[in-house]
Amino acid sequence: MGKTISEKIISEHAGHDVKAGDFAVVKVDLCFVQDGTGPLAVRQLHEMGISKIANPGKTIVFLDHAAPSPRTELSNDHIFLRTFAKKSGAILSDINEGVCHQIVAERFACPGFIIVGADSHTCTAGALGTFSTGMGSTDVAAAIGLGKTWLKVPQTYKIVVNGEMPKGVYSKDLILELIGKITADGATYKALEFCGDTIKNMPMSERLTLTNMAVEAGAKTGIIASDSITKEYLDKSGRGSCFKEINSDSDAHFEKTIEIDAAKLYPMVAMPHTVDNVKSIDYPKEVKVDQVFIGSCTNARIEDLRVVAKVWEGKKKNPQTRVIITPASKTVYAQAVKEGLIEKFIEFGASVTAPGCGVCVGVQGGVLGDNEVCVSTSNRNFLARMGNPKSSVYLVSPASAAAASIAGRIVDPREYL
Amino acid sequence: MKSKAWKFGDDISTDLIAPSRYFHLRSTLHKMSEHVLEDVVPEFSKKINKGDMIVAGRNFGLGSSREHAPTIIKMAGIDAVLAKSFSRIFFRNAINIGLAVIECDTDGIEQGDELEIDLEGGVVKDLTRKKSIKFNSLPTVMTKILSDGGLVEHIKKHGDFKL
Repeated sequence: MGKTISEKIISEHAGHDVKAGDFAVVKVDLCFVQDGTGPLAVRQLHEMGISKIANPGKTIVFLDHAAPSPRTELSNDHIFLRTFAKKSGAILSDINEGVCHQIVAERFACPGFIIVGADSHTCTAGALGTFSTGMGSTDVAAAIGLGKTWLKVPQTYKIVVNGEMPKGVYSKDLILELIGKITADGATYKALEFCGDTIKNMPMSERLTLTNMAVEAGAKTGIIASDSITKEYLDKSGRGSCFKEINSDSDAHFEKTIEIDAAKLYPMVAMPHTVDNVKSIDYPKEVKVDQVFIGSCTNARIEDLRVVAKVWEGKKKNPQTRVIITPASKTVYAQAVKEGLIEKFIEFGASVTAPGCGVCVGVQGGVLGDNEVCVSTSNRNFLARMGNPKSSVYLVSPASAAAASIAGRIVDPREYL
Repeated sequence: MKSKAWKFGDDISTDLIAPSRYFHLRSTLHKMSEHVLEDVVPEFSKKINKGDMIVAGRNFGLGSSREHAPTIIKMAGIDAVLAKSFSRIFFRNAINIGLAVIECDTDGIEQGDELEIDLEGGVVKDLTRKKSIKFNSLPTVMTKILSDGGLVEHIKKHGDFKL
């Protein structure tokens, strides 16, 4: 019988054939921590008695969740992590660089890799045909120290998307629709493999949004086969030589197949306080929007910022709504400056902040006040997520977020495109 | 282990277990554990007694990979988390740090029930309601890690994965 992408990649890294359900110890191509999970990982590494890490050139420390640091304790955590990077030879991505998953996609991920990160959205890199999964600090400490980890080979759900997405509808709407259908634990332990015509023609920026949110359905990872679009993306960052074709075999076994007609999609919103509480964009009526956040590893790439600029063309910001834009990386930021987008955003009335996780995780900048509503392009809206248990978060596409900035309410972005 | 049950619903996220406004306490976990689950049960850490248990619905621990979540549950004095199902990263993290995570039908257990767990026999005894609930055994790999005392102990002992 043929193999799914997960079975292929894990077999290769285990050194023997595996199928879904098997356990395997595998070599890891890349492992990373961020500033929230890193200090514990480094302490656990020391506890394990490991003094020399397995692959310094394949280990990255990202300072992104508190970038720049808003308080002393976190600054001290940063010092601790910088010291570790220097001593061990691991790569340091400091506060100016951006969000870990964005940078992994931009600079490090190659098709066929196994990537483990101490952050649940590590699955993002699956868009480049990798097997990437989030783990806790101790697991990643073991991966850093030993260069390997153990995995149970997941069953795969095939998500087949065909048809042309209507104007004003994006991959964020697609993934929200899917999570609403599957529910937050509907794909626990599974790999979600996205395929079909819509996916084949989808730019990498949009693909990354899909795999980023696979974990919100409980999945172990999200994966998209590598193809010419992957090659083009890798070429742009000078990594074309690491391209290889990886796809599931035609006779691979998929535990479930879910088919979606992209032409029938419309703008969606994840309502408070779970990601699977998904409705169409016209469902929330007269919700006054206090803050709009356009940022995060889910949707803050240059393509997303261009959509925002398009929606805002010739429009004014609602006086009751504040807007925070946080490019996902310094590369995105610099490109946005070049294209004149940052000037447009500032003129519109947005607050443009340094690359990092920002508002998404409620640690640094844009914490909500009591009873405030934030409309966000990020991936989680759990109670207290953005720093205040008395606030509410709605998740949408960048187009819908931009539209909410104008209307001061949650509205259909297609009225503005 | 004989303990009092603290009942929770479905989808208790890592943002509820370890709220982000205490992110800065991640390197002082004993301080962070004082705030565990406080948005669901105010002052939860003060209300529980050492050895009590969390009894939850579906998808306990959904969300972030933060290992701090199961760690502060354990630090606060909770001996075990029983749930109808767990999110995968939380479950794996709990095993790694030696927090007992037990997947079973928790519908019949009520707030305040006195529980006793027979780990070897694979049974949860609700002493208040006089009934027994079987639970699923762990995968062998996880049993090995847990019986060594967690992943750090396992690696210290073997110098590698011995699974």
